[in-house]
Amino acid sequence: MGTLDKNAKEVMDDDAAQAADSKDGAGGFIILFFIIGFAASMVLGWVIFPKLLYSEKQQPFNFNHAMHVEEVDEGCESCHFFRDDGSFSGVPKLAQCIDCHEEPMGESEDEAIFVEQYVAMEREVPWLVYSRQPDCVFFSHAAHIIGAEMDCVTCHGNIGESTESRPYEYNRITNYSRDIWGKNIAGFKKHSWDRMKMDDCAQCHKEAGLIHTSSVQTGRDACFVCHK
Amino acid sequence: MKVDRRSFLSFVIGGAAGTALSPLPWKLMDDSSIWSQMWPWTPVPPDGEATYENSTCSLCPGGCGISVRKIDNRAVKIEGQPGHPVNDGGICILGLSGLQMLYGPTRIKAPMKRVGERGESKWQEISWDEATQILADKLTDIRNRGEAHTVAAISGSDSGTVPALLQRFLTAYGSPNFIRMPSGRDADELAVKTLFGEDGRTGYDVENADYILSFGSGLVDGWGSPVRMIAAASTWKDKNVTVVQVDPRLSNSAAKATRWLPINPGTEADLALGIAALIVANGAADSSAVSGFGVLKAELLAGYETGKVAQTTGIEAGAIVELAQGFARADRPLALCGRGKGQTATSLRETAAIYLLNALAGNINQDGGMWAIPEADYIQWPEVETDTIASAGLRQPRIDGAGAGKYANARYLLNRLSEGVNGSGPYPLQMLMVAGANPCHDLSDSAGFTGALAHIPFIVSFSSFQDETAAMADLLLPDHVYLERYEDVPVAAGLHQRVIGLSKPVVSPQFNTRHLGETLITTAKAMDAPMADAFPWDDYETCLEESLAEKWDALMEEGVWVETDIDPISDTIRVAGMNAPAIAAEGDESGFPLLLIPYDTLRISSRTVGDTPFMIKTVADTVIKGLDGFVEINPQTASDAGLKEGALATLTTPRGETRVRVHLFEGIKPGVIAMARGLGHTAYDDYLAGKGVNFNELIGPVEDPSCGHDVAWGIRAKLAKA
Repeated sequence: MGTLDKNAKEVMDDDAAQAADSKDGAGGFIILFFIIGFAASMVLGWVIFPKLLYSEKQQPFNFNHAMHVEEVDEGCESCHFFRDDGSFSGVPKLAQCIDCHEEPMGESEDEAIFVEQYVAMEREVPWLVYSRQPDCVFFSHAAHIIGAEMDCVTCHGNIGESTESRPYEYNRITNYSRDIWGKNIAGFKKHSWDRMKMDDCAQCHKEAGLIHTSSVQTGRDACFVCHK
Repeated sequence: MKVDRRSFLSFVIGGAAGTALSPLPWKLMDDSSIWSQMWPWTPVPPDGEATYENSTCSLCPGGCGISVRKIDNRAVKIEGQPGHPVNDGGICILGLSGLQMLYGPTRIKAPMKRVGERGESKWQEISWDEATQILADKLTDIRNRGEAHTVAAISGSDSGTVPALLQRFLTAYGSPNFIRMPSGRDADELAVKTLFGEDGRTGYDVENADYILSFGSGLVDGWGSPVRMIAAASTWKDKNVTVVQVDPRLSNSAAKATRWLPINPGTEADLALGIAALIVANGAADSSAVSGFGVLKAELLAGYETGKVAQTTGIEAGAIVELAQGFARADRPLALCGRGKGQTATSLRETAAIYLLNALAGNINQDGGMWAIPEADYIQWPEVETDTIASAGLRQPRIDGAGAGKYANARYLLNRLSEGVNGSGPYPLQMLMVAGANPCHDLSDSAGFTGALAHIPFIVSFSSFQDETAAMADLLLPDHVYLERYEDVPVAAGLHQRVIGLSKPVVSPQFNTRHLGETLITTAKAMDAPMADAFPWDDYETCLEESLAEKWDALMEEGVWVETDIDPISDTIRVAGMNAPAIAAEGDESGFPLLLIPYDTLRISSRTVGDTPFMIKTVADTVIKGLDGFVEINPQTASDAGLKEGALATLTTPRGETRVRVHLFEGIKPGVIAMARGLGHTAYDDYLAGKGVNFNELIGPVEDPSCGHDVAWGIRAKLAKA
């Protein structure tokens, strides 16, 4: 209707004029709050989140890798070796340590703890394993060390040169070691041993030109090769 | 500053943008997927070093060699030991599932003393010192009152060092009441003594026979040494050996045979004698093998004319003639005795008749034949020096009446124990010890036996598992499970060689249990002079090593000792016991028109140990469905009673009544119904307890008139729609 239209137009014109006046002031706040929200969430995601996500445990007592590597003949293999059937021995059992440590060999307190609380009581040391993959993963040391002739450092870093056992950090949600995702929360890595997720394995396989083709469908390694 | 809706929204959008550009959502997504892979309740067995350890299985008398795979200290798989003389790498379902017994929840974990009423299964855990003290004190008490003979012991076996220690214990103590569980061995021992004139047992060179005539023996259902027999059955198939299975029902053994002859249950002796009559009539018999052949021939021809035998057994005369011809003409024929797994005795008449067939066929102590060999005699301990109390006790009559009067021919009559303690025996019993046996479930008239225990004030069980007998005990002194102990395992089980296996601990004892041998030695040493003196060894391992003497090193190295070069007892037999009456089933035909017979299957352990969870899951749902047990019934008989497949029925025998379902089966004779043995447990775990019916609650002993052995092969029954 003619009269209505005219009124509506007037109302609209008034509102538009008001909005145009106050626009500049409100817009600043919008940007400000946007920035505040953005910054807060970035801090939360990059700094606070990793702190909350990971918890820390200490090893039962300190183990000095560097000192032990000096004492043995074959480096890493002296204590972390392949058994006759091709399975990997992993973290040494008490029986191996007892070869030398039946009685305390040195003066350190850590060794004293070891001999008194574990050797004497015939109790296995409950070591926390930094590189243990989640339960869904099957990894064969034989395929990589014997088959691909890789060295230990590529995946495990220079642990053999360490004098102290670093704390074992683990993910509170999933319960496995921080070493798998890597120290950097974004998953950025500098060395090959900084991270051990599936993509890291895949990257190495790609670089080595080793795309096994056990899966007919994908032309790559089938899922079940690693996820039994 | 104005905090209005737009500011709030832009704050949220800023937050969302920042969150998306931070690792938080992406890491959380990855973590939640990994979290689902790491649930603590999903079992992931710990890794470790894989090793194999050899030992000997003793879950049944078969004596197979086993190889146990371990990861670090945990046993994870039991397999047959390749190259072992008994089973050569094979294993049966019971042996295979032994780990479920080792690690299972029915283990008795420490010595226990009963609190509460008997049968309530309320226990108080005590120390071994206290337990052995209670036992020693009770025994000393009874002995000092001059009542040593009122202590009895039931044992699953009487061979090997541990049963020998138990026997020695009772001898030094002054009790004649060592009683072995009834089994086919009773019949075999008596038949060998009667026919061959000396103590010993039979063995069968089944691998080399070329005609097998089995009178109900479970050739692939657990007779003899089960794995050995199954391997032999395969060899028979390869070599086209004729296997004739005489069986009232189409058992697995019958199904695998060349020929199945459905016989009227309980008439196997008549068939054997009928065949014998035909063989001597045709002049095909080896008369030199039988002393008194002339008399025997006359008796056979007079009493077992083919037509009459056909009538009694329900087998056509033509078939009997074919059988006789086939058996006589074969190069190496072999007749086998012992129904099902051979866990019940056959009558002397039946056993003698079947052994006679072997003699007439000329296969005694030959390749592919039946061997009569003396028992292994390696336990040579110094004689027990009895004192006055012991001598007096040993002179008392046995509580089961064996060895005297009309039971002079029997060594053990556990079926008469109930009678003995119910007031008609020579004296009351004050203590009962049970080792390696579960009579409250496994003994014929099991309910009667369990009831009779009320007359025995003190009962001790050495069982490793909470079985029915342990539930009735007052003191539990649990033995190690076979995988946790050193023990000699002498094997009979129809082998024609003498084999001793060595059981070795594959894992260290999982609970606070103690080797039975150790318990016996310790208890004896805790008692006065004559007992302690009879047990000079420091511990059981010393005893075992000394007893095995020159065999010890070989046994520790190889795990098994085989003696093949054995002097058999005799090559000829003297026939006796043929004229005894046939064994009838209890009950009158008018009230109980059907015949109920048991059957054995490898899937159901029917002696000493109950089925493992793994085994019971392999039992078909026409044998157990839910908790209901089935009886097999001929479709004709079923329709006469108005019963359809799976219908509920009430099964009544003169000894008991129960509820069953029926399974229509063309492979069983009309008028005959069959039930699996070994079910109806009330003890053990949820996988087994309450399932099916215990056959032993429906049947009672039928005494063999010649010796008193329980030779019941079945019982009359009636079925009514429920």
